[in-house]
Amino acid sequence: MSASGKGLDTQEKARAWVDTELDFAVSHTFGGNSACVQLDAGDEEYVLCDLGSGVRAFGNHVFSRDGPSKKSTFHVFLSHVHWDHIMGFPFFGPAYVPGNKIRIYGCHSNIEQALRRQQDPPSFPVPFDTLAASIEFITLQPGRSYDIAGWSVTARLQNHSGDSYGYRFVRDSRIIVYSTDSEHRLDIPDEVEGAAAFFADADLVVFDAMYSLAEAVSVKEDWGHSSNVVAVELCQLANAKHLVLFHHEPANNDERIAEIWRETLRYEEISRTGEPLRVSAAYDGMEIEL
Amino acid sequence: MRVSQERYGDALVLTPVGRIDNSTTDGLRSDLNTYVATCRKGGDRLVLDFSKVDYISSVGLRVLMLAAKKIREQEGMIVVAALQPVVREIFEISRFNLVFQCFGTVREALGKVSAAALEAYDSAHGA
Repeated sequence: MSASGKGLDTQEKARAWVDTELDFAVSHTFGGNSACVQLDAGDEEYVLCDLGSGVRAFGNHVFSRDGPSKKSTFHVFLSHVHWDHIMGFPFFGPAYVPGNKIRIYGCHSNIEQALRRQQDPPSFPVPFDTLAASIEFITLQPGRSYDIAGWSVTARLQNHSGDSYGYRFVRDSRIIVYSTDSEHRLDIPDEVEGAAAFFADADLVVFDAMYSLAEAVSVKEDWGHSSNVVAVELCQLANAKHLVLFHHEPANNDERIAEIWRETLRYEEISRTGEPLRVSAAYDGMEIEL
Repeated sequence: MRVSQERYGDALVLTPVGRIDNSTTDGLRSDLNTYVATCRKGGDRLVLDFSKVDYISSVGLRVLMLAAKKIREQEGMIVVAALQPVVREIFEISRFNLVFQCFGTVREALGKVSAAALEAYDSAHGA
């Protein structure tokens, strides 16, 4: 119905109209994969945050781009080992390719145990030790900077059941903050100061905005997730440039996520005191160039 | 933050003025805590008159939520009235409109919480 009378008589016109005019929730889908984000600086080696179900599609992308025989190195930074953040690993094709190297970084001491356990019966039929790639686990200390795969990386402890860690990546004056599964409390001055410093001047902040503020401070308090309202306020306080709403509530459909996105754009306008903050809502396959 | 108070029968009307954010929540929190300390079933109803509030941040909303939680635990009553358009938007974006009963005017809110309060309000305002 929306296309009626638009004169969409060529494929190009139709595609342009879908991309620019049609509401995102109608023309696309936000998808439903759990957390997996790639940082691509054009290097040979791959850098990822988390191993949620999205890493399966990423593995397929690597195969289609590089072919099955090219040997690659993957650097993976884990926020934590809750299942939605590691569940994609058994389906990550490059883990089955001899010669590939997978280096998994994190601040938890039980990462290897968690990844091994989900490969074991009855959860999965391929034991961890039979994975053909070389897999290493490297424990990081929060608050310390590391030079890894061309990035300066710093982890920060976050408020989440069993703890989670955010990552601040810096390279060539570009700053990316990955902060998912974190209940940010803006009523606690030390927490505000610490988070604002961690987010400071970021070009991109990938932020856990799973709940509404009302949920996050009432029935879902202490559930370890944040809201779109806190996301905007914290990014504005930190002078960040681009906020990506991430870790959508699984119960929300595309229309609901699009509505939350629109509302967040509006809240950014209302609460703005300095430069505008760009706001996006993450979807499967989203690419952002900095 | 300045918060004025008026009593109408068995209802207390708190009217905060200006922005409610990290640096200004103390006054509102203090007044709400004073109310919460004596709040009980059948006691004073509380109406928050937001007609003079032009912005409320997440920290301010959290203060409201904590107060509302305690008030409900003590079987008291809290409602919100006269939200300015922008603050109404913030209530909707944050979903606080689903937590608080919101009324267009203080008079409307008083009419909802107590007939005696409405009568006192109308008497005071020559209605």
